[in-house]
Amino acid sequence: MEIDALILSRIQFGFVIAFHIMFPAFTIGLAAFLAVCEGLWLWTKKDVFKRLYLHWVKIFALAFAMGVVSGVVMSYQFGTNWSVFSDKAGSVIGPLLGYEVLTAFFLEATFLGVMLFGWKRVGNKLHFIATAAVAVGTTISAFWILSANSWMQTPAGFAIDAETGNFYATNFWEVIFNPSFPSRYVHMMLAAFITTAAVIMAAGAWQVVRKHSSAPTRWQIRMAAGTLCVLMPMQIAAGHWSGEVAYEYQPAKVAAMEGWWETRDVQGTALFAIPDEENERNIAEINIPGTSPYLFPSAEGPMLGLKDFAKEDRPPVFMVFWAFRIMVGAGLCMLGLGLWGAFLWWRGRIDKAGIFHILAIPGGALGFIAVITGWIAAEVGRQPYTVYGFLRTEDSVAPVSTGQVATSLLIFMIVYAIVFTAGTVYMARIATRGFGDDPTDPPSKENRAPGTPLGSVDDKADARTSNTQPEE
Amino acid sequence: MDLPLIWSGLIATAVMLYVLLDGMDLGVGILTGFAKSDDERNLMTATIEPVWDGNETWLILGGGGLFAAFPLAYAILMPAFYLPVMLMLAALIFRGVAFEFRHKAVRKPTRLFWNGAFFGGSLVAALSQGLVLGGFVQGVTVEGRSFAGGQFDWLTPFSLLVAVSVAVGYVLLGACWLVLKTEGEVQKRARRRGLIALIGVALCFAAVSLATLSLDPQVTERWGFTMSSIEPAKLLPLLPIPAAGLILTALVWRDLSMQVEAPDWRPYVLSAGIFLSGYLGLAVSLFPDLVPYDVDLWEAAARDNSLMLMLVGAAIMLPVILIYTGYVYSLFWGKVDPDEAYHD
Repeated sequence: MEIDALILSRIQFGFVIAFHIMFPAFTIGLAAFLAVCEGLWLWTKKDVFKRLYLHWVKIFALAFAMGVVSGVVMSYQFGTNWSVFSDKAGSVIGPLLGYEVLTAFFLEATFLGVMLFGWKRVGNKLHFIATAAVAVGTTISAFWILSANSWMQTPAGFAIDAETGNFYATNFWEVIFNPSFPSRYVHMMLAAFITTAAVIMAAGAWQVVRKHSSAPTRWQIRMAAGTLCVLMPMQIAAGHWSGEVAYEYQPAKVAAMEGWWETRDVQGTALFAIPDEENERNIAEINIPGTSPYLFPSAEGPMLGLKDFAKEDRPPVFMVFWAFRIMVGAGLCMLGLGLWGAFLWWRGRIDKAGIFHILAIPGGALGFIAVITGWIAAEVGRQPYTVYGFLRTEDSVAPVSTGQVATSLLIFMIVYAIVFTAGTVYMARIATRGFGDDPTDPPSKENRAPGTPLGSVDDKADARTSNTQPEE
Repeated sequence: MDLPLIWSGLIATAVMLYVLLDGMDLGVGILTGFAKSDDERNLMTATIEPVWDGNETWLILGGGGLFAAFPLAYAILMPAFYLPVMLMLAALIFRGVAFEFRHKAVRKPTRLFWNGAFFGGSLVAALSQGLVLGGFVQGVTVEGRSFAGGQFDWLTPFSLLVAVSVAVGYVLLGACWLVLKTEGEVQKRARRRGLIALIGVALCFAAVSLATLSLDPQVTERWGFTMSSIEPAKLLPLLPIPAAGLILTALVWRDLSMQVEAPDWRPYVLSAGIFLSGYLGLAVSLFPDLVPYDVDLWEAAARDNSLMLMLVGAAIMLPVILIYTGYVYSLFWGKVDPDEAYHD
């Protein structure tokens, strides 16, 4: 493959978005979790929920900061690397992104300040409203971004200007609620809640294994296991729905996900295969035959295989095929963890360290793995188009030089390596610390020099004073 | 209704708000590099921690608004400023996470690293914004519907001058903000640094104003300067803009050097006025071009139905945003209390 600005821009976009997408996925779920905890605390007056809130809000602040800064990059890359796409599709998806900023970004960013720094200045109820505002903001943000992204998958409600070749909207309602939007939005929101639940369960399991567990730990594991247990089956249904819509509008993508080369009346499901794009076949395939009527009950006629599409219209099969399988595998593992956790809960054994807890620790990464691979399956599966069926990726790229993109790609790789590593370390440090040394009493101010924010107090020497107490 | 004109006004306002708000906190970030102690540095960042994220959102609205309302201008300008934009983004990443990370770093080297990242990120972000602004004002090469110049076209003595001006201007805003939010020694030092920055601002803005006149005949024409003569009929109505800048500079000087008893908020507001005069001067020079000297705002605009849809959203949401932004600023009004952080 020739290394040019196009391929480097694609790598850069993929790299930057794969990094970015983990944070919204995590913060959408965590914001909801925090809102639930604070709400439960206000309602039940149980101290344990306040401790959960105060603990996880620190992680939220870190994740949110990383999500924001990597998100700013996304909004500018449309112009720097995909300027032709911006020119052509700007009139259609520009307003959706504009609405995201207007209805979500300001809400999140502004009330985050109150959420993190406003305890002393607002009452408990108002503080809860700030938390809820941030949580609602994250879901509104996801609404618009999924709408814009889904339009690129299943464009609707538009026409093409004969003179400039630019897209323009004929019906914004159809643009926003394009065919794949409802299923993809539901799928993504559930993914966010599940990802967060897996992380919260992993952190709790860690504390149990290390014998640091306390009342909030026990609550957090139960809440996470319950969430996984309830949402994972819903997620499987949502994923299935999404797949059906994809088959209707993007059959080449589904054929790549399933590894179907030939068009057949009934297709099977490959458990394992190595797609060989050169020779248009699968190597070492293990197949369950005859599954397609159950997976795609609404599909009419024969199930299209990749050979029905011209070579230059097919997505990269190997990547889509395997990304899809990893996503499904990660999802099934999380379903297993959720059911297992619920079973232990029922049997009264969920607080005793066991194999479940040991497995739940690495299980905290499963949500992120599923989100990233799911995104790869969806977006690489859209190739070779940016606007499916209408605008090719190679015709979307900006007139920038290979050297420029290579330079910026290198910069981002270094920056992200540093930032991501540090952020993960800091988040893991807080998450695994446990609640035992998280006192709920306000810290005494006498011990500190005036003008010292708590953050500057040495993390180890200081007895984890937490200064987020509301004044009651 | 002239939708492109309305939208250019809205985006100009968003960018101006960005400059006044995030410019202030970038300026504070640069000033942390000169903090005398860790305590002072922490106090400085505590003044902006609750609001920086909201401030930066105006940059997304500016960029996103340009994409949505003027996709052609966005498509031409972004590749033209590829490297400085990337540099700015990388700097903003470092700076944004440093807000949190510098409190979480346990060991001294990492804490120094994140303090440095905060200072350096703020400085580089300010400079690269200046490079983009400078490159924008001097114009870019356009062919058809895309940028057709070289990758370093933006790098000229003029853009370097603008870069320094923007950074110095942000420092002035940051210093004035610290005057408003702090007391005692820290405030005194902020006043002194503000005065130094103000001298820089006066020199830089004067130099940029004169240099701008040499960029394109359109600019001199607008201001009534020709090679040999001055046209008073054109110049006189515009003269209040630079005059206001000069008067405001003198007033800020008077406030910061404590020649008069001034309320702590006044230097910031007056400094914002200096920026506003410079901004207006620029707007007058370039109007109605969105890609200077090549593409005007009507050519660059998205379809009317897109602009209309967004206008409905903006008309409803912008007042709401301004109200709750104002509310949050008023919530954190007053001298900063470093004990309000949620960190541990």
